[in-house]
Amino acid sequence: MKMMRSLFVAGLLAFAPALSVSVPASAQENAAAPAVSAEAAAPAEAANVAAPAEKVAAPPRMKPTEGIGMPMPGEYTLQKQFSKTGEYAHWIHNGLLLPIITVISVFVALLLLWVMFRFRKAANPTPSKTAHNTLIEVIWTVAPVLILLVIAVPSIGLLADQYKPAPKDALTVKVTGYQWYWGYEYPDQGIPEFVSNMLTAEKAAEYGEPHLLAVDNRLVLPAGKPIKLIITGADVIHSFAIPSLWVKMDAVPGRLNEKTFTIEQPGVYYGQCSELCGARHGFMPIAIEALPPAEFEQWVLSQGGNPKGKAAEKSAAAPAPAGAPAKI
Amino acid sequence: MTTITADHHGDHAHEHHDADHKPAFFQRWFMSTNHKDIGTLYLIFAIFAGIVGGAISGLMRVELAQPGIQYLHGWAQMMDGSDASLDQAYHLWNVLITAHGLIMVFFMVMPAMIGGFGNWFVPLMIGAPDMAFPRMNNVSFWLLIPAFALLLGSTFVPGGTGNGAGTGWTVYAPLSTSGSAGPAVDMAILSLHIAGAGSILGAINFITTIFNMRAPGMTLHKMPLFVWSVLVTAFLLLLALPVLAAAITMLLTDRNFGTTFYDAAGGGDPELYQHLFWFFGHPEVYIMILPGFGIISQIVATFSRKPVFGYLGMAYAMVAIGVVGFVVWAHHMFTTGMSVNVKMYFTAATMVIAVPTGIKIFSWIATMWGGSISFKTPMVWAIGFIFLFTVGGVTGVVLANGGVDDVLHDTYYVVAHFHYVLSLGAVFALFAGFYYWFPKMSGRMYNEFLGHLHFWVFFIGVNVLFFPMHFLGLSGMPRRYPDYPEAFAKWNALATHGYEIMAAGMLIFFVNLFWSLFAGKKAEANPWGEGATTLEWTLSSPPPFHQFETLPIIDDTAHH
Repeated sequence: MKMMRSLFVAGLLAFAPALSVSVPASAQENAAAPAVSAEAAAPAEAANVAAPAEKVAAPPRMKPTEGIGMPMPGEYTLQKQFSKTGEYAHWIHNGLLLPIITVISVFVALLLLWVMFRFRKAANPTPSKTAHNTLIEVIWTVAPVLILLVIAVPSIGLLADQYKPAPKDALTVKVTGYQWYWGYEYPDQGIPEFVSNMLTAEKAAEYGEPHLLAVDNRLVLPAGKPIKLIITGADVIHSFAIPSLWVKMDAVPGRLNEKTFTIEQPGVYYGQCSELCGARHGFMPIAIEALPPAEFEQWVLSQGGNPKGKAAEKSAAAPAPAGAPAKI
Repeated sequence: MTTITADHHGDHAHEHHDADHKPAFFQRWFMSTNHKDIGTLYLIFAIFAGIVGGAISGLMRVELAQPGIQYLHGWAQMMDGSDASLDQAYHLWNVLITAHGLIMVFFMVMPAMIGGFGNWFVPLMIGAPDMAFPRMNNVSFWLLIPAFALLLGSTFVPGGTGNGAGTGWTVYAPLSTSGSAGPAVDMAILSLHIAGAGSILGAINFITTIFNMRAPGMTLHKMPLFVWSVLVTAFLLLLALPVLAAAITMLLTDRNFGTTFYDAAGGGDPELYQHLFWFFGHPEVYIMILPGFGIISQIVATFSRKPVFGYLGMAYAMVAIGVVGFVVWAHHMFTTGMSVNVKMYFTAATMVIAVPTGIKIFSWIATMWGGSISFKTPMVWAIGFIFLFTVGGVTGVVLANGGVDDVLHDTYYVVAHFHYVLSLGAVFALFAGFYYWFPKMSGRMYNEFLGHLHFWVFFIGVNVLFFPMHFLGLSGMPRRYPDYPEAFAKWNALATHGYEIMAAGMLIFFVNLFWSLFAGKKAEANPWGEGATTLEWTLSSPPPFHQFETLPIIDDTAHH
């Protein structure tokens, strides 16, 4: 527990600059927020339209695969999972919770039908006067307790799993929710914030992506590497959600929420804002593009960032000054 | 449950003239101090509000019938003027979801359950002549009118992107503070203040009445379970509503007077609002369902011709649900970034609620077991309630798992869950109670065939409407969206058809209601036979204007 807390504090300290940017932004929502977004939008556009010649070209835009990272037409169960905790949680739901609740519902339904049939007036004209039976009352109190214990053990395990602190080599991305788009910043790689807006229906069709899920600039992440998102909101509360990675974390103004996960295979994973945030709440989707590590490095370079991270840059250039906070 | 000695019938007969003296129309209905008349006013109000809230959900289902925006923009132009932008249309969507939620919670279910049936039958069931504070009772009701007017009026004034309060019924800051300029949200907050004040007064009235005005011999452990349910509910109201009042007062000052209770930039915290809101909001869901539990207990016992199984267990299960209901609130906030220990606690505590709820379900079935069941309309609704509440309850166990909630939070799975326990739970209990007590309240029998038909059409309709929402939620469709990706089209279309069936069911209800009111067969004092043992069935149908001027004596040998 202590270790986790200290790690989180270390994380906070490491991103103190990011913090100091976001706090004034939320302090003067009206004035500051548009300014920040305009500033942030510029480099993103530049990167998107024409990467400078001396830099590496970004890898081509990945095509989403039908049925992966998105809902399927008429689907009636959870999306396929692409993270370890997601697979575990998926099992808890499909392998444990769903059977239990189905059995309970069917049991109650059958019991009701049997009672309705057996004790209808025509079949049982004289009612019994039984109004107590201590044994059966104890049974139907204890049995649910046991069922709940069976559920609680893996469920608590899942929670512990989801809160495992990120390893030191995790890639950190700061995610900011705005009305009504997302901003992504890679502080360690030196990639400044760029924004991600929903694509119009025509654009989405052009790229062969689902409308209302497709975005212009995706959140690009490496597959197979631990990822730590630092999530915050700039104006009102938003919620960063990717169903196929079992990720949902509110983006709350003035707070930095952390979410750790590893994407198991390359692909495009879609999500949608999941906390009512005003008029265009339904129109600020999230799209993650998980690239193989080599291509991810290429993408970082194409954005003018350093794939090795600032830490590497610093230790190569000069030893860290004494008394500086521990760097990840 | 209780029987009364025979001699009180005689007393009543020669007091009949005095007991039936009614004041003139205006005085009777606008300055009422009579619990039955006030109960009737509450029921009429709840039916009216239910029509408004139900019509709003119809608008939403029509828009959601297929992907894309079909009607919303046109409605926004009707509301906000012909130059209304698409953003204003999206804002109108948020206004609709907000209004639907607030109306159904504060102006339909609560007034019908507590104000309507509570007022009508708590004094009758405990053998009291009226409520303890008859004039305060009237104030409680009439506070609802300005509250409802404020809420409806807020739709016509600016509330941010467009007209009306588009914050959701939860009114989360900072969307409801810095995110919603204009007077609409202020009006909605004041509406909640006033409705809440009325409910607190009502709660005080019920607690005082139940503690002090029970007929001689009716100990707490002999009270009918409906009275128990209203007593527990009144305590929940009394303890929870002041917290809501505090939370939304701070919203009001954050909005208007520059305070920063919910603004991190000024040392506040948006999460503080959520904690306060759900500290009220979770007990609130039990406030809506507990009186329903009481109604179902009465009906199941009556039509099985058997006393309620495990009476004490049933009563104290409700007390337990009430107590535990106060310490589980943050399961509504699993994705806000709480620490792992807090999430573990709220996961475990929430699951505990399944135990007393299970006791209730099984006790109802055990009450039917060995009974001699007649399937009158109230009984079919009650059986429908037991099954649908179970379905809604077990999805609650799924959502209670903080880790699993990470994917289900704020999706249609949650919408399905709370409509199964409220729209199918509380509302089924309301209909069950309405048919059960309709002969007592109106003096006329409802039409049995139409009642059954209403049940079946409504039962099929709501299941077609809400069951597919589980699928939508599992596959990831978020709540409060006016439009959705193509993949969600199938189940949304089906849900809208379910709404159409449900609406047809409601038409049958209104036909039955008006036909029965004007042409129904005259009801006897006790149309349900020997299974109906509570005191209201010892009085004429409808009961005299003033009842129990000589208190009934509860037979000491009676047992439940």
